[in-house]
Amino acid sequence: MAKKLMKGNEAIAEAAIKAGCRFFFGYPITPQNEIPEYMSRRMPQIGGTFVQAESEVAAINMVYGAAGAGARAMTSSSSPGISLKQEGISYIACAELPAVIVNMVRTGPGLGGILPSQGDYFQATKGGGHGDYHLIVLAPSSIQEAADLIMDGFDLADLYRNPVMILGDGMIGQMMEPVEFKEPSERPLPKKDWAATGWDGKSRKRAVINSLYIAAEEMEEVTQRLKARYQEIKDNETRVEEYMMEDAEICITAYGTVARIAKSAVQKLRAEGIKAGVIRPITVWPFPDASYAKYADQVKFFLDVEMSLGQMVEDVKLSVNGKKPVHFMGITGGFVPTPSQIAEQVKNIMKEGK
Amino acid sequence: MAKVFEKTKMLTDVPFHYCPGCTHGIAHRLVAECIEELGMTEKAVGVAPVGCAVFAYKYFNCDMYEASHGRAPAVATGAKRVHPENLVFSYQGDGDLASIGAAEIVHAAARGENITVIFINNAIYGMTGGQMAPTSLMGQVTTTSPYGRKKELNGMPVKISEMLSQLDGAYYIERCSLHDVPNIVKAKKAIKKAFTYQMEGKGFTLVELLSTCPTNWGMTPTKACEWLKDNMIPYYPLGVKKDGEAK
Repeated sequence: MAKKLMKGNEAIAEAAIKAGCRFFFGYPITPQNEIPEYMSRRMPQIGGTFVQAESEVAAINMVYGAAGAGARAMTSSSSPGISLKQEGISYIACAELPAVIVNMVRTGPGLGGILPSQGDYFQATKGGGHGDYHLIVLAPSSIQEAADLIMDGFDLADLYRNPVMILGDGMIGQMMEPVEFKEPSERPLPKKDWAATGWDGKSRKRAVINSLYIAAEEMEEVTQRLKARYQEIKDNETRVEEYMMEDAEICITAYGTVARIAKSAVQKLRAEGIKAGVIRPITVWPFPDASYAKYADQVKFFLDVEMSLGQMVEDVKLSVNGKKPVHFMGITGGFVPTPSQIAEQVKNIMKEGK
Repeated sequence: MAKVFEKTKMLTDVPFHYCPGCTHGIAHRLVAECIEELGMTEKAVGVAPVGCAVFAYKYFNCDMYEASHGRAPAVATGAKRVHPENLVFSYQGDGDLASIGAAEIVHAAARGENITVIFINNAIYGMTGGQMAPTSLMGQVTTTSPYGRKKELNGMPVKISEMLSQLDGAYYIERCSLHDVPNIVKAKKAIKKAFTYQMEGKGFTLVELLSTCPTNWGMTPTKACEWLKDNMIPYYPLGVKKDGEAK
């Protein structure tokens, strides 16, 4: 398939369709509007369904209904809208339904602004809604990767019966890049014999899509089952890119949009003889803690760069576990760091001899 | 001995948790009988609410969902869009549907979503212990309107069936009551009509069932039925509010 120049949001929508998503439930909010708009055009052409819901709350509950009926279903939104979806996401997690949720993160808190941000890391990776649960959270740093991760995301959701979040930002959504869609995977996936499709009374158990467990014994059984599944996901699905880390003395770490800027910063620093590298989590949950542990002895310090006040840095510190200093550089308000800013920050830390 | 009556197969053998004298049991049986009599046992999919009927998924002997508070029409939308051949119904109380779920019910109706909503109106929050509902009557004493519902403080009760019947997307809306046998018979006819319309692809249908809550009203079951008749029906008049067929 030839490469096509596409806007991030549209590439994500098309990739979802390529992955077999035929049910999309959306609600307008900037900077993700091109996803529902694209879906509203494409779904009728391929026998799919697009519903513009009355709210983000309704949209995520439509996903609950469609995913519970056995379909590949998806919704997308941006930060304030994702906040509204959290209750529904928690129900989807507890009911063990596969679904894909895209968050094109914008600045916040509150109504914030429509510029790129990474301020929703805590919300995405630490639960977000109420209760003990995790999403599988994939953080693309290019349009190509966004398209690939959406397709993988549907497989992961089906495989683990767990909601998957694509954690982008306004930059990933709005930027245009060449993209080539891969063929849908042939990964063997479990049969959805739990789905509410109409019951003949014999061929399977009666389906109940539910997250209510009043008895402590039942609730514990569910949470322990989820715990075991989360461990399985950690063991099998953690993804990370280690960029020029083999001989690195300094580790810059970042995810998504900032990670690609960090790579440019590394090239600048290397040109000046400074051996820097990048650890880029691709899954921000499960977090690739082993990569940090691996390089903690080798590097002099870590510099975590985020478009936030410092969220992923907490996981980096836990992973480095006090072995080396972990510095933080945060850019907020919707500003995006430049390679020079990051390179300067590295040199400043070196100068201070920390 | 000849068998003269059999419980509908669309109800499981799990004993209801409902309080003695509560009309939820009657409503469940009517819904279940209608599904069976229409030959839709293998196509029925229900959505339970949050509230007294939160365990409805244990009782209806078909594939079921349990939705979050007020969102049953959105869940039913997802379920129906994936399997349009199924008979999809939500079963919701007045707190769930008329308060927290007001947006979802209005827009499901506005979209003409081809689902059926069974709306239990007993003018109170039952499961949480008798708080004021949007449908509580003027002057009604509840645990959160201890001096009686007042207009200045609490506003006026919401007439859901009348309100939804104003929407062009809604196809069939009828209010019935479960306080005596003739009305129960009428309610069953209304539910069957709503299901039939859905199977014909006509669009959004809703049957409101005026119901009793003897426990939280603080009455005997008999007295509760009288109270419903004397107080609820004058404010919530029975009858067809909209029927697309009647044009």
